Amino acid sequence: MDNLQKIRNSLKRRSRSELRFRWYGRLAILVGLVAVLLLFVDIVGKGHGAFRTTHIQLEIDYDRDLLGINNLADKVELGMANWDALLKSSLRNQFPEVSSRRDKRKLYGLVSNGAGFDLKDRLLEKPILLDQRETLWILADDDIDTYYKSWLDGEPYAARLTDKQVQWIQQLHQQGQIELQFNRNLFTRGDSREPEQAGIRGAVIGSLLTLLLTLILSFPIGVAAAIYLEEFAPKNRFTDFIEVNINNLAAVPSIIFGLLGLAIFINFFHVPRSVPLVGGLVLTLMTLPTIIITSRASIKSVPPSIREAALGMGASKYQVVLHHVLPLALPGMLTGAIIGMAQALGETAPLLMIGMVAFIVDIPQGFTDPATVLPVQIFLWADSPERAFVEKTSAAIMVLLTFLLIMNISAVWLRKRLERRW
Amino acid sequence: MEFTNILLLILGLGAFAYYVGRGRSLAIAEPLGGIRHLKALPNYYGLNALLCCALPALGILILWVILDEPVINSLVISGLSEELRPTNTAAHNLLLNKIANLSQGMVSSGGQDAELIAAAEQMAQYKVISGWSLMALCLSLALVGLYFAWRKVDAEFNARRGVEQVMEYLLLACACLAIFTTVGIVFSVLFESVQFFRSVPFFDFVFGVEWSPQTAIREDQVGSSGSFGAVPLFTGTLMVSAVAMLVAVPIGLMSAIYLAEYSSTAVRTYAKPALEVLAGIPTVVYGFFAALTVAPFLRDLGADFGLSVSSESALAAGMVMGVMIIPFISSLADDVITAVPQAMRDGSLAMGATHSETVRRVVIPAALPGIVGGIMLAISRAIGETMIVVMAAGLAAKLTANPLDSVTTVTVQIVTLLTGDQEFDSPKTLAAFALGLMLFTVTLLLNIFALHIVKKYREQYE
Amino acid sequence: MNQSASASAQKAEGTLKTTTPDNLEIDQGQTTVGVSFCDNAKMTMRNVNVFYGDKQAIHNISVDIGKNEVIAMIGPSGCGKSTFLRALNRMNDTVDGCRVEGEVCLDGDNIYAPNLDVVELRARVGMVFQKPNPFPKSIYENVAYGPKIHGLADTRVDLDEIVENSLRRAGLWEEVKDRLFQPGTGLSGGQQQRLCIARAIAVSPEVILMDEPCSALDPIATAKIEELIEELSQNFTIAIVTHSMQQAARVSHRTAYFHLGQLIEVNPTEQVFTMPQHQLTEAYITGRFG
Repeated sequence: MDNLQKIRNSLKRRSRSELRFRWYGRLAILVGLVAVLLLFVDIVGKGHGAFRTTHIQLEIDYDRDLLGINNLADKVELGMANWDALLKSSLRNQFPEVSSRRDKRKLYGLVSNGAGFDLKDRLLEKPILLDQRETLWILADDDIDTYYKSWLDGEPYAARLTDKQVQWIQQLHQQGQIELQFNRNLFTRGDSREPEQAGIRGAVIGSLLTLLLTLILSFPIGVAAAIYLEEFAPKNRFTDFIEVNINNLAAVPSIIFGLLGLAIFINFFHVPRSVPLVGGLVLTLMTLPTIIITSRASIKSVPPSIREAALGMGASKYQVVLHHVLPLALPGMLTGAIIGMAQALGETAPLLMIGMVAFIVDIPQGFTDPATVLPVQIFLWADSPERAFVEKTSAAIMVLLTFLLIMNISAVWLRKRLERRW
Repeated sequence: MEFTNILLLILGLGAFAYYVGRGRSLAIAEPLGGIRHLKALPNYYGLNALLCCALPALGILILWVILDEPVINSLVISGLSEELRPTNTAAHNLLLNKIANLSQGMVSSGGQDAELIAAAEQMAQYKVISGWSLMALCLSLALVGLYFAWRKVDAEFNARRGVEQVMEYLLLACACLAIFTTVGIVFSVLFESVQFFRSVPFFDFVFGVEWSPQTAIREDQVGSSGSFGAVPLFTGTLMVSAVAMLVAVPIGLMSAIYLAEYSSTAVRTYAKPALEVLAGIPTVVYGFFAALTVAPFLRDLGADFGLSVSSESALAAGMVMGVMIIPFISSLADDVITAVPQAMRDGSLAMGATHSETVRRVVIPAALPGIVGGIMLAISRAIGETMIVVMAAGLAAKLTANPLDSVTTVTVQIVTLLTGDQEFDSPKTLAAFALGLMLFTVTLLLNIFALHIVKKYREQYE
Repeated sequence: MNQSASASAQKAEGTLKTTTPDNLEIDQGQTTVGVSFCDNAKMTMRNVNVFYGDKQAIHNISVDIGKNEVIAMIGPSGCGKSTFLRALNRMNDTVDGCRVEGEVCLDGDNIYAPNLDVVELRARVGMVFQKPNPFPKSIYENVAYGPKIHGLADTRVDLDEIVENSLRRAGLWEEVKDRLFQPGTGLSGGQQQRLCIARAIAVSPEVILMDEPCSALDPIATAKIEELIEELSQNFTIAIVTHSMQQAARVSHRTAYFHLGQLIEVNPTEQVFTMPQHQLTEAYITGRFG
């Protein structure tokens, strides 16, 4: 039986090869999982610090003479008031030994440029404070923030600070007058040149408006197109052409849609740039193929027996679709819509094309106010050199990923909840 | 806004029409002995009335809003004297802007040309006239429609058919939107590209090796000092995509094989969604990761080994892009592998083949067309990817085969050309459209081919 | 045809019992009647039980398969014939949740021993399936697959020889010798099945298991394959599951009757079809159920 002998001889080599193959497979999966892990650890590691920011405790004297205000109700006076003077005097009181002009400037640089406006808001909130004193936590400048956080972590980064400033910070720390507090600005302010004042609110609202428009436009149109293609379209070359088109559009690079938006919506229809309206229109065109494809799949999954039963009772085709097919296919369509929206939320390239690279500070109020979206905000911040912006960008990414996670989980939950077993 | 007011008016009239139509049908039905004697249910009569009333008016509204500005603009320009008429598009837009600002009172009128002021006033007048006539037209259309629909309510009139016919057209229009999108893309990209190819010859563009799109700002030097040879862009794109595929294909394929053939259900339930997470992460996040973590890491690693790795290396961008594409390939491969019939595996196993031999020699060859189609779709995705390369790859067009160098890709150039401060018609910005045309054509061909292969493969086993 | 005609004749004469058994269920302790065991057996099975999860599919079967014998397994649908067959080359291992208890021996070695290499077992015990399943490769590659992976051919010439021999023995050579490199899936149903048989023979197994090999084929193809089985039995041991009693009667030396996962009767074929020992066997072959 030399055949059997030959077979026996080959066994060892083959089982080793089998083992190797399995390990390749395990390795591949491991690499994929490690990549996911690495990404998350990196982002969270970089970003978690941004949710707290350095504040300095100072005693503020709302001296009306220093401010130059007599009447809080007078808008002109408010506009011209010298809020920084309050901060400066407070800092001088804190560090009375500081004398030279240069040192004083560095001292004033401890707090954020916008801290004066915080004082203004405070005073307007509680007008009774005029001529009173109050101990407040004031937002520190981003260089201070970077240094303080890195010093707390054990690797002080003092590149942008003078020695004196470092000294003052140490002093404040010993006196317990400097600490990390929750970074409200991140969630209440729009973009800003100063990292410590920059927030994602504008971008989030912009994203919300844009997505809302995208949903309102793409879901009905997509569902309508899917219904037509599945239920009513005759089987001819034209319908095939439409199908081929849809399948191809689903795979076209997103930047091309941006070019389309630029050429047609902005140049031809003169829709203003960088507003949620045009962003929503472009994203609608992008999401439409996805919604059509998923809606078709869920319409297909409704068994023909239900259609036949309804037709057999004398319902017209539209009534069959409206009363029977659509309600049964709706869960699948909703899941597809949520997933489509999640994809649209993360899109950046087409929106760059339609002009959302602008620096938008105000929170958008409507569909035609200049706005930006969260991914574009991340992109813009990623370009900024300050370390503080790295932190903010990572934090913004964390917020974005959280939104996406919620959307995807609700899609999966929805699918499980409303799944029917035929 | 005017638009919203008129829109609400039309919708309101439509609702009223519905009520009236339905009411009339009920009124007609009563003496006949019940709605059973009508050809359609009452709410169809109502719907019919609504459609007759609202649709024409809505159509005119949308048309008007689109054409309003261009028409008024051209009327205003034609009313200007010869000397003030703009000679090219740039001056045209500028002038219009000026007049528009004047007419809206955003710019003080002191010190402006008298004719311009007159033109501004004219524009304002035109706008007012347009607004009122739109309102009048829409209103009258709506009322006429309502009247006709009301007249038509009759026991013999099958309102349902009419409504359903209109619905069918609406659905068809929605489905055709896909075609319009494609047509729109092709048209817009082609149109601008053709203009581009007037100043830069096609062959220079496609075969030129020098890419430095600097043009002078003065119009008479258009195109003369910039070179638009796109070959470095093509090679850059190919190199980054090649690196990406080198990462994604082995990992994606092997993990698909392992998950489909070897893993226990426990591993599959957790590992598969975990890998799918990679697909849901926005590309801007990948770009950030590539630019701030991977690229410096590779640069430092290279320095340790004595290699000079650019901080915007094609390797960094390609690797991260590859990671992004892994789930793409993995899920497509998984689909085609599980579609291979079990009978084929049984035939091989029953002859004493090991599992890996069965996979390598029977299952994969059987699934190969589908896998190849999937890989082609992945390549198309890699070529069209924008954010990762914008953030992690470079801007300088270099013709090189070294992945440690920085290269630029087609998509990066499209973004930089269009997000700079350029007027719209300069060859620099038109070049972006030409690049877009190239990109669209290549990805379209890849996609059509790939989808065709995958479809054919699916038919084979079903 | 003859056997069941004679069975009906005997029934008419009154030598066979005429009543259908009241109860088709059987006790667990049922013993097999007939000639279960033989000397010089190629494969032996003792107290084999097969479970799918909690459900038991095969109940305590003990039987021998003799060298160069053709044994047919008949019985109503769903009574475990295929499961039993697949237990002989451990193809049940590929089914999740399937458990085999008992002893199955090939030439005296238990094939369910933990250190036994399944790869070698399946090279020695080949299988032909119900629906022809040629690989999507050329005819040549289909037959060459086995020898290649087991390293049976050292040179291309050797491989060619093995392929030709196998195709000849399967009776397919004349029909395909001019198109060896065309896809195997392009052949007709009967040819595909013969290709699968050639493929199985190419590794020179000792036992060939056939799971209803002709059920998907037309009568002419079926006849060809039955001829083939007879020729093959001179060199191989064959166990064939079949739904057709006539086929069992035509090709096999012994026939085993399965009923609801139990082996009821094993006897020389002619005896099973003329004078079955057990009443269930008789009821089945005379067509009272199944």
